[in-house]
Amino acid sequence: MVPLSHYLTVSAVLFMIGTAGVLFRRNAIIIFMCVELMLNAVNLTLIAFSQFLGDQTGQILVFFVMTVAAAEAAVGLAIVISLFRNKQTVDVSKVNILKW
Amino acid sequence: MQNGEIAFYLLSAGAITFALLTITRKSAVVSALMLVLTFCFLAALYLTLSAQFLAVVQVAVYAGAIMVLVLFVIMLLNLESEDIHVSKNWKAVVGLLAAMGVLAQVLAMIFMSQDKFPKTISPNAAILGTTESVGRTLYTAYSFPFEMASLILISAAVGAVVLAKKRLT
Repeated sequence: MVPLSHYLTVSAVLFMIGTAGVLFRRNAIIIFMCVELMLNAVNLTLIAFSQFLGDQTGQILVFFVMTVAAAEAAVGLAIVISLFRNKQTVDVSKVNILKW
Repeated sequence: MQNGEIAFYLLSAGAITFALLTITRKSAVVSALMLVLTFCFLAALYLTLSAQFLAVVQVAVYAGAIMVLVLFVIMLLNLESEDIHVSKNWKAVVGLLAAMGVLAQVLAMIFMSQDKFPKTISPNAAILGTTESVGRTLYTAYSFPFEMASLILISAAVGAVVLAKKRLT
């Protein structure tokens, strides 16, 4: 029987990989994919807790997280496309008009 | 070791390996394909928790729909690969350290509260994960949030069309 803490550890490691990706990559699409990876790591935590505690609410929450992730994917990629139209790049270090 | 444990450790090793490959590949297309594999391994991990419905939704929505959308955008933008020089860029090093800090915090929290966790998976976990049971809860107790989810999706679709169509000046 795999203990709950092992599932949580795997999820924490995946979340950390996602965070590292967001912080050190410069390609906006890869940053976006890393955010998806972080969402998935949290989903694993929710499902593990849901099944160990015998409470279905966690799985319902994962379903809604997936819905919001789909909406986020559509809007995020539209932003990337309009960014590319205006700046001819998706390198986030070259997009700095909102920086002080 | 039982079969279930071996499966869990193999699947989590696979998920972590492909997640690492996702963030270290130069080409966005290779990154996206590695992320698809990560999502498939995560779906298999959901199966080891007997969450069948979410495992199938994970493959269909994440590995299928969302990643196809990402690949489509990569194809439209025709991106060149980015060169990754972590050691030459102090911001990237700080980023990596911050990520390590996040990991250390979460792991500390897990191991500090470990004795409060339930020891085994719930006996009715297999029933809770079926499409029938999740669907019944979604359409009864959570019917209003379920309808709200459809509103979120339609507004996101409209927003995406408006954002991608208009040329901002």
